[in-house]
Amino acid sequence: MDLAHSPADEAFRAEARAWLRAHVPSEPLPSLETEEGFAAHRAWEAELTVDRWSVVSWPTAYGGRDAGLMRWLIFEEEYYAAGAPGRVSQNGISLLAPTLFDHGTEEQRARVLPSMACGEVVWAQAWSEPEAGSDLASLTSRAVRADGGWRLSGQKTWSSRAAFADRAFGLFRSEPGTPKPHQGLTYLMFDLRAPGVTVRPIARLDGKPAFAELFLDDVFVPDEDVIGEPGQGWRIAMSAAGNERGLTLRSPGRFLASATRLHDLWSARGCPASTSDRVADALIGARAYQLFTYAAASRFLQGTPLGPESSLNKVFWSEYDIALHETALELLGEEAELAVTDWTEGYVFSLAGPIYAGTNEIQRDIIAERLLGLPKGRR
Amino acid sequence: MSSQMPPQMRFLLSSEQRAFAESLDAMLTAADTPAVVRDWARGEHTAGRALWSRIAELGVFALAVPEAYDGVGPLPVELAVAFVELGRHAVPGPLVETVVAAVTLAGLDDPGPAKRLLPTLVSGEAMATLAPAGSYALDGDSAATRLSLSDAELRLAPGHGPVRPSLDPARRLTSLAPGGELLATHPPAARALTWARLAVAAQALGVGLALLDRTVTYVRQRAQFGVSIGSFQAVKHRLADAKVALAFARPLVFGAAVTLDPADVAAAKVTACEAAYTTARTALQLHGAIGYTAEYDLSLWLTKARALRTAWGSPTACRNDVLSGGGRRW
Repeated sequence: MDLAHSPADEAFRAEARAWLRAHVPSEPLPSLETEEGFAAHRAWEAELTVDRWSVVSWPTAYGGRDAGLMRWLIFEEEYYAAGAPGRVSQNGISLLAPTLFDHGTEEQRARVLPSMACGEVVWAQAWSEPEAGSDLASLTSRAVRADGGWRLSGQKTWSSRAAFADRAFGLFRSEPGTPKPHQGLTYLMFDLRAPGVTVRPIARLDGKPAFAELFLDDVFVPDEDVIGEPGQGWRIAMSAAGNERGLTLRSPGRFLASATRLHDLWSARGCPASTSDRVADALIGARAYQLFTYAAASRFLQGTPLGPESSLNKVFWSEYDIALHETALELLGEEAELAVTDWTEGYVFSLAGPIYAGTNEIQRDIIAERLLGLPKGRR
Repeated sequence: MSSQMPPQMRFLLSSEQRAFAESLDAMLTAADTPAVVRDWARGEHTAGRALWSRIAELGVFALAVPEAYDGVGPLPVELAVAFVELGRHAVPGPLVETVVAAVTLAGLDDPGPAKRLLPTLVSGEAMATLAPAGSYALDGDSAATRLSLSDAELRLAPGHGPVRPSLDPARRLTSLAPGGELLATHPPAARALTWARLAVAAQALGVGLALLDRTVTYVRQRAQFGVSIGSFQAVKHRLADAKVALAFARPLVFGAAVTLDPADVAAAKVTACEAAYTTARTALQLHGAIGYTAEYDLSLWLTKARALRTAWGSPTACRNDVLSGGGRRW
C-alpha cells in the first residue's frame, strides 16, 4: 500500500502541468451555459486536442494518449489546479465513449470519438422523459423499424447541454409490450438537427439554458447509429453506468481545486471562526474523495469491477459539492446574492448534483440493497 | 485503456495485510469479547489479560516497536489494520496507549527506558498507559507502565488515582500521581499525538463497521407490519448514509497510516470518529428501545463510539490541525 506515484507518472504530471501553464486562458471563459460561452469552451476543447490533452486515457488512435486510469486522475488534478475551463464534452466523454469502447463497432468508434474529443461534435444525453425519471425503464419514446434504420418518436427532457449541442444518445422502446419494462429498449445516437427534431431549451434556476426538452417526430436514424444489439439497450447503458463511469463522472482533482480555492477565500476573509469547521471539512472531504478514488482505481486496475460502489461515490460528491459552495457563499456575505461570481455559478450547478445521474434516493436504495443486502421494498 | 503500464501507485492492502486482519478477526470472534468487556468494566481483568496476551502473540504490539527492542516496527499500516479489528470487536484495555507509549519510548534519545520497558510491552506481559500531564489516563489501574507526558518531560508516574465512572464502562479513567522517575526531557510529544490519533481513528472505524453490521443484521430480522423493517426506505437510507460515511473514512485512515502527516492523521481521526458516531446514532435509532439497554451488547459499541470521539483530540481540535497543518498540499 502506497501513495507515491511512479517516476514515469510524475513525469507525466510535470508535462501536463507545463502544458496547462502555457495554455490555460488567463481570464475565465464566459459561462458554458450561454451561446457565447459554449462556443468558447468548444474552441478550448480543440486547443486541448492539438497536443492530445483532451482525452488522455483513450487509445492514441482516437486522439488520446493511452495513458490509463491513474494518469487520467493525475491529469485531472493538474487540470483543475491550473484553473482550466469546464469540459463542454463531459457528457460524451464520460457516458457515451465508455459505451462505445465496450459495445460499439470499430466503424462507430472511428466516426464518433475523434470529433467528440476535439469538441467539433458535442453530445447531449437523452434519457429522461416527462413520465420516466427515476423509473427510467418505464420510458415510452419509440423506435420503429424502417428501411435501413429506425424512426424515433416521443419526448425526452432534462437533456443537459442540448440547447447548444450537436448530437444526442439515449434509449428508445423498439419492442412494445415486453414482459418487463427494461426489455425491448434500443440504444441509439441521433442528430439534434435532423428533420423532425425540435429542441426547446429549459432555463435552470438561474435562468441559463443548461438543459432542454427534445421533441422527436418520426426522426430517421440509420442502422449504423444503433449501439449494440437492438432490444439490449438497458443492459448496454447500465454496464457503462456501473463501471469506470462511477470514477470518471467527477474527478477528485476538481474537488481538491475547489477546496483549495475555498481555503484561499476563507484566509482572505481573515479566517473567520464561524466557518472554520466547514472549511476544514471541505479540505478533508476532498482528500477523502481523492483517496477513495485511488483505492477504487487500484482495485479496477487489478481487474476488480466497481459495480454498485459507484453509488457511494455519487452520494458523497454530490452532497460534498453543495456543502462546499454553501460555505463559500456564507463567506462572501452580501456578495453571495450577486449572480456574477464563480461561486454562484458553481453553487447553482452543485444543486443539481443529487438529482441527476440517478437521484441520491435511488443511489441509497442501491447501497442498501446491493451493498448491505437489505430486502427490496416499495420505493 | 492500456494494460501495459509500468508499476503504478497501489493504494490497497496487500494479501498479507488482509490475511493478518482475517487472523485477528477470527481469534477475536472466537474469544467472545462482549463477556470480556463486561468483566473488564467491573475491574475483573483476568479474561482481559488473557485476551491481551493472545493479541500480543499475533504480533500487534510488536508492530509499534523497532527491532532493536524485540519488535518489528514501526509499521503504521499494519497497526491500522489491527486497530480496525480491535475496534470491530470492542476489545477493552489501553490498546492505543500501549502503542503510543511504545512509540514514545522508542523515540527517546536515551535508549535506556526503551530497553527496560519495551520488551514486556511487545510480549504482552505488561500494558502501558500514557496521558498528557493533567489528563485522565486510560486503565491506569491495570497498566504496569504509566507515563505522564508533556512537551517538557516524560515521567514514569508512581501511582494512579481512583477509577472514575465513564460513559463507556470499559474505559476505566484514572488520574496519574504527580512526580515519579524522569525518563526524558523534551520528549517527542507531537509524535505521540500523531500515533494516538491514527490508532484511535482505526479503532473508531472498526467500531463503526461493527455497529453497521449488527444493525443491518437486526433490521433484516426484525419484523413489524408483517415485513422486515429493513425493507423500509426510511431505514435503508439511514444505513446507506452510515455506509457512505464509513466508506470515505476508511481511505483517510489508511492514507494517514501511509503518510503519517499530522494533517492527514487529524483528518482521519475526526472523520472516522464522526462516521462511527453517526453510525452509533443510526444503530441506536434503528434498534429502538432494546438498543437503549445496557444489557444488550450493542451498548458496548455505542458507548465506545461516543468516547473515542473526544479521546486524543476533539473534532474541533482535529479540524483546526487540518487548517493549520496543511490541506493545501493534498
